[in-house]
Amino acid sequence: MSGKIRIDIERCKGCGLCVEVCPKGCIFISEQSNKKGYFPAQSNNHECTGCAMCAIICPDVAIEVFRDDNIEAVEPRKRHRPNLVKEKA
Amino acid sequence: MCGNEALAEAAIIAGVDAYFGYPITPQNEVTAYMSKRMPEEDRVFIQCESELAAVNMVYGAAATGKRAMTSSSSPGISLMQEGISYLSGAELPAVIVNVMRGGPGLGNIAPSQGDYFQSTRGGGHGDYRTIVLAPSSVQELVDIMPLAFDLADEYRMAVIVLADGILGQMMEPVVLGKKLQRKLPPKDWALTGADNREQNIVRSLWLKEGALEELNYKLQRKYRRVEKKEVLCEEHEVDDADIIVVAYGVAARIARSAVTKARQEGIKVGLIRPITLWPFPSDQISKIADEWRIFLTVEMSCGQMVEDVKLAVAGKAPVVFYGRPGGGVPTLDQILENIKQLTIPAKSG
Amino acid sequence: MSMKTVFKRTPTLKDYPTHYCPGCGHGIAHRLIAEVIDELGIHGRTIGIAPVGCSVLAYDYFDVDMVEVAHGRAPAVATGMKRTNPDKIIFSYQGDGDLAAIGTGEIIHAAHRAEQITVIFINNAIFGMTGGQMAPTTVLGQVTATTQNGRNANKGQGYPLQVSEILALLPGAIYVERCSVYNPAQIRKTKKAIRHAFELQVDGAAGLSLVEVLSPCPTYWRMTPSKAMKWIEKDMTKVFPLGRFKG
Repeated sequence: MSGKIRIDIERCKGCGLCVEVCPKGCIFISEQSNKKGYFPAQSNNHECTGCAMCAIICPDVAIEVFRDDNIEAVEPRKRHRPNLVKEKA
Repeated sequence: MCGNEALAEAAIIAGVDAYFGYPITPQNEVTAYMSKRMPEEDRVFIQCESELAAVNMVYGAAATGKRAMTSSSSPGISLMQEGISYLSGAELPAVIVNVMRGGPGLGNIAPSQGDYFQSTRGGGHGDYRTIVLAPSSVQELVDIMPLAFDLADEYRMAVIVLADGILGQMMEPVVLGKKLQRKLPPKDWALTGADNREQNIVRSLWLKEGALEELNYKLQRKYRRVEKKEVLCEEHEVDDADIIVVAYGVAARIARSAVTKARQEGIKVGLIRPITLWPFPSDQISKIADEWRIFLTVEMSCGQMVEDVKLAVAGKAPVVFYGRPGGGVPTLDQILENIKQLTIPAKSG
Repeated sequence: MSMKTVFKRTPTLKDYPTHYCPGCGHGIAHRLIAEVIDELGIHGRTIGIAPVGCSVLAYDYFDVDMVEVAHGRAPAVATGMKRTNPDKIIFSYQGDGDLAAIGTGEIIHAAHRAEQITVIFINNAIFGMTGGQMAPTTVLGQVTATTQNGRNANKGQGYPLQVSEILALLPGAIYVERCSVYNPAQIRKTKKAIRHAFELQVDGAAGLSLVEVLSPCPTYWRMTPSKAMKWIEKDMTKVFPLGRFKG
């Protein structure tokens, strides 16, 4: 695998959208419920490419995505990038 | 200056940052004056789409810590009640001027005092109070504007300045620019951008168990402080009076002339003129209430403040009422007549 | 083999569980707005307005100064805030009941006056918070708590209100776009639109920006989250076509 996801089981509400969008079918709904009674998503990560489609659609931002570091990676999010708008001009 | 323009200029001198208004008679001079003067002072003026929008613009500006005001007349103030409740729940300072006209409904454009209940009982929903100031001359209206802003900022409350069509329209010489010396707390709760600090939230929704109850107790504690410190009331020839006339605003001016004339005719009558309608000068009235006195409340309505007078008197003395609603203005002679009627001793048997 | 993080929560989106239903679109929209705020570096001068609706508690999720306002009044409150604080970035976040029912007067006039604010309009064709009643944007035939036989314009229940189309007619509305969140590609487009709407305010553009986001309400549409997304893609976009209407 070149990618990996980590799902926060207690944050996940089992909506299933990530299961639907994963192009590799890595994600499935667990048979074990979390503390709130939701059946959260789980990933086997076998074929994960780190495409992050699951994270993009997750309404609860419960998924973190990692990718092999010899593949082009995206900068993790930072708060202050005040020059960004000026650079565009 | 005419009352409406004078109050506007006084607000500018008091440092109002933003005025939001909508046309309604008899306060249109305020919006017109502000539309010219506020941009001259590099401040914000908006003629908005409704009184509903106006009070919400006040809410927004106040939430960021600015001094904001609006003005309207009775039916427009009805539209603002939701906003006033929200201002009170969120503890935002604001000044709202009501130049009262005849009601209910569309009513007429003549002066009236029919909004006493609306102002002092809180026309919006929930347990809240607004400070209510009732000037009775253009000079007093001018002096009350900076006080209104200071009270609003000090207590984080909406302050209603209750004028009426006569006060708004009449022309009297005024002295502007009176400075107040009140020390005001910093607005560290205001929304100024969470730069290097925790976020500030301005809200009135408290869903967690007990939270809203606690907010209400907090508001009540604040209201008790206001009641203790901010009552304003004028007494005139009360000490030896058998008849006490209670009136506010323009009605008080006419009543005062009636009192003077009555005194000339040998009747021992005095006048109590509440200037803060909330907090009401209950203690002052209660102190002078005894079985040898009679209270005559005079209002331009069907009788609203008279209920507060009755509460203050608490049965210690009779309280009677004379008034004219719907734009009717009691004349000096009518008030005098009512005073004289009280001097006729009751026949026994 | 070491791994780099390629997707992580952005700081302005608080790390706090939301009360939204599973599959609700609010969570996605919140994330996009928070990311735009962080990417533009405006966290310290942004003030947000939370509406009345399911997202009434938005201030628990966005880590910026926020104000809660009465139903529909957000554009008026935003006006009061922006006019007295032109250097701050003011955004309102409103649902379809808030903006298109009770708040129609306020949004039209804020646009009329070309107020320099950013409005994110979440259209899920229903009143969620109060139990699934018809909203102005409910589509014909849609079953809701107050249109139990399906919305029928011939029975006086009205037509779905197309806010983006109406607002685009006003000269003071300088950017109006309708997007959706029904799949990752659409979500990316929505983020671009939201970013543009914020950038316009940062650049001091002279007018109002509105991004309408077609969003799912699985609970009151009585669908699974997955089916809800498909319903947006196939059905909702027929009534509310996606695209840039202005700007």
